[in-house]
Amino acid sequence: MKDDGGLRVSGMRVRYGDLTAVDGVSFTIGKGEILGLVGESGSGKSSVGRALAGLVPYEGDVTGAGPTQMVFQDPYGSLNPRLRIGDAVAEGLGRGGTRAVRKAEGLRLLGLVGLDEGVAGRYPRELSGGQRQRVALARALGARPSLLIADEITSALDVSVQGAVLNLVRELRGRLGLSVLFVSHDLAVVRYVCDAVAVMREGRIVESGTVEHVTEHPGHEYTKALLDAVPRLR
Amino acid sequence: MRTLSARVGLALVAVTLVLAVVGPWVWGEEAVRFDPLHTLEGHSSAHWLGTDDGGRDMLARTLAATRLSVWLAFLATLIGACLGVTLGALPSVLGPRGARAVTAVINGLVAIPVLLLAMFAALVAGTGTTGAVVGIGVASAPGLARLTRTLAAGVEGADYVLAARMLGTGRLRVLTRHVLPNIAEPLILSVTASLGYALLGLATLSLLGLGVRPPEYDWGRLLHDALPRVYVDPEVIAGPALAVAVAGIGFTLVGESLARAAARAPVPPGDGEEADVPLGRSPRPGPSGALLEVRDLTVSFGGVTPVRGVSFGVAPGEVVGIVGESGSGKSLTALAVGGLVPYPGRVRGSVLLEGRPLLSLSRSELGTRLAMVFQDPMAALNPALRVGPQLAETGTVHLGLTRRSALARAVARLERTGVPGARARAHPHELSGGMRQRAVIAMGLMGDPRLIVADEPTTALDATVQRRVLDLLAEINAASGTAALLISHDIAVVSSRCSRVLVMYAGRIVEELPSDALRSARHPYTRALVASVPTLDTDRAEPLATIPGAQPAPSDVPAGCAFAPRCARATSLCTTALPAFESGVACHHPHEERPRAGEEEW
Ligand code: SF4
Repeated sequence: MKDDGGLRVSGMRVRYGDLTAVDGVSFTIGKGEILGLVGESGSGKSSVGRALAGLVPYEGDVTGAGPTQMVFQDPYGSLNPRLRIGDAVAEGLGRGGTRAVRKAEGLRLLGLVGLDEGVAGRYPRELSGGQRQRVALARALGARPSLLIADEITSALDVSVQGAVLNLVRELRGRLGLSVLFVSHDLAVVRYVCDAVAVMREGRIVESGTVEHVTEHPGHEYTKALLDAVPRLR
Repeated sequence: MRTLSARVGLALVAVTLVLAVVGPWVWGEEAVRFDPLHTLEGHSSAHWLGTDDGGRDMLARTLAATRLSVWLAFLATLIGACLGVTLGALPSVLGPRGARAVTAVINGLVAIPVLLLAMFAALVAGTGTTGAVVGIGVASAPGLARLTRTLAAGVEGADYVLAARMLGTGRLRVLTRHVLPNIAEPLILSVTASLGYALLGLATLSLLGLGVRPPEYDWGRLLHDALPRVYVDPEVIAGPALAVAVAGIGFTLVGESLARAAARAPVPPGDGEEADVPLGRSPRPGPSGALLEVRDLTVSFGGVTPVRGVSFGVAPGEVVGIVGESGSGKSLTALAVGGLVPYPGRVRGSVLLEGRPLLSLSRSELGTRLAMVFQDPMAALNPALRVGPQLAETGTVHLGLTRRSALARAVARLERTGVPGARARAHPHELSGGMRQRAVIAMGLMGDPRLIVADEPTTALDATVQRRVLDLLAEINAASGTAALLISHDIAVVSSRCSRVLVMYAGRIVEELPSDALRSARHPYTRALVASVPTLDTDRAEPLATIPGAQPAPSDVPAGCAFAPRCARATSLCTTALPAFESGVACHHPHEERPRAGEEEW
């Protein structure tokens, strides 16, 4: 993790009343890098993402975040059921430009995430979970973010379609030079998608490093326990 | 709108509206015709409901008054709706502090008695018709405001609203684009219902002399004028009183039936057939040896059939897995094995437990031979009861134990599943997720079951906790020979814990194989599924394998092989003929038994 103008977070704290969910977390995400934030429920990993997205207040220094967008876990809750897909995606485009320009840009974004133009006129209920997550990605990309926060974006999806969304994240990073904070509980998924990984427990980062290093030579007992717990195909 | 009350309501409303339109045209003239010779009369053949102090016909006046009565109620409701929805929506466009203040005001207003508010507003707005309409309108606003606020707050917590905020969409636009369209339906319903209340309220105010003034007349005014004569000629109040009742009840019934219809959770399609469970009608006992024998199990809801002819067996002490993605029918299969398919589901085929049809087992017998564990342990536990006594209840009810020995057994079972005995005094919410699931398993173990059916038992748990709960199931199996049917979407979980795996797709078992043979599965779906699971040794340089398309919904499973649209090996045969299940696989073109080296493609 080098300093190349990417995101730098130091000493981040997030509190909800008396509860300290994130307790002094520091990390960097280089430009075009994907950092996986791994941990179990209550580790504070989602709070880090929400803080960076501006959804919850935090203390500490964040530099180089740039425009930030977020994609959520639940593909059924992240799209307005009354809005056509085309309109949902156009939401991120602001209200500048003519209708035609916005429409064309919307279609381009749908193409970018591998959906065909016909989807624009449909409602969310007509789409599968995997397709909805692509729409959510397209909508976020419309705002031209430099940092994308992906909060458990595949954990509600079936395995057979999860792969397509993961491939898409990797591809978009490559194509758009996007920095991504990939929040997940699944080490196998994180290992596949991310360049670097930070393991969180009880609001703190207990170990971080490149994905190869952390998954092959875990230094912390907790990381080892997490790796051991990954169910393996016989 | 199929209930009786809805039909009655609709009929009443229809009559009222027709009268409101035609009333003044047909009876308007007669209603105001003075007849000094026949004032203050009771029932006669010329005037069924008598006459008033001007000798005017009461029946004609009642019918002609429909338009004004309904129109005023409509105006009052409109005022209430505008005020209420605006007030309730205000917090959505204000900052957090303003929002809190307005919400507090709404809650304060709701606490004021409606009649008091109506009278106060009527006095402020001036007496007469205007006062009454404004009064009733204002009085109905706080309730609507609170409803609006509650509904809006629900929508504002949705991810799509957070997403819109991050995209820089302004508060007002979020309100008009995201919030209002999603709460419009319940709001409209509740406004319809409040029409009825407005009608009654206005009649009350006019009756008290606070509303419509002569020469105008609405039902309330007619009541007001006729009231002093009620002991002499009771029939004179019959007209307006009945009219108020008919219209008021009509609007209220319609509004409430609409609201109820909208609030009802989506029911599976179908016409609500009897939930008959014709399990195991076959007279011959199942083959000896099998602990659980499922034959041709089919579960349908109306015209939709999510489980289509599933057959399998579980031997004593065996751990069998069912793996499938959402919509595969695996969970309904589990429910059918436990005899728990919800209404209006229809179950056909046979389920034999120890050779006996499920239907012939009493609840107690079933409860002690079969343990069910579901994804959400909270749903299986009564939140109001302490865990220990709750488990002990199974012992006293199903096993006939005394309270004391049942409690001792409960504590022993809890300790066996790794819940410290002292925690028996805890309430379910005081336990962690993993502990709760252990308590549910302990509850299942109270009767020394022969089979544990576990449907996604660890899906809601963290990986490290999941592992310990799965270890527990394995240990119970090893120690007591308890068989298990483990159902999961996670093929890795199933393969690591089961000796045999059944793969389900679109309601059918498409392959059955030993779990160590998964990597060389013969069905194209199984093979693709295995390939798409990221593991700790997936090649990161390659794109992850995926299966194009999606599993068909139970309502549109195609003829032929359901996997055909996504299958690379599909031929025209596959789309027309259903592949039979033969030697462990249901496929027209299965893969070879063992893939030769290098032949990894599917
Ligand atoms: S029957 Fe045909 S379509 Fe179905 S899995 Fe086999 S090869 Fe594929």
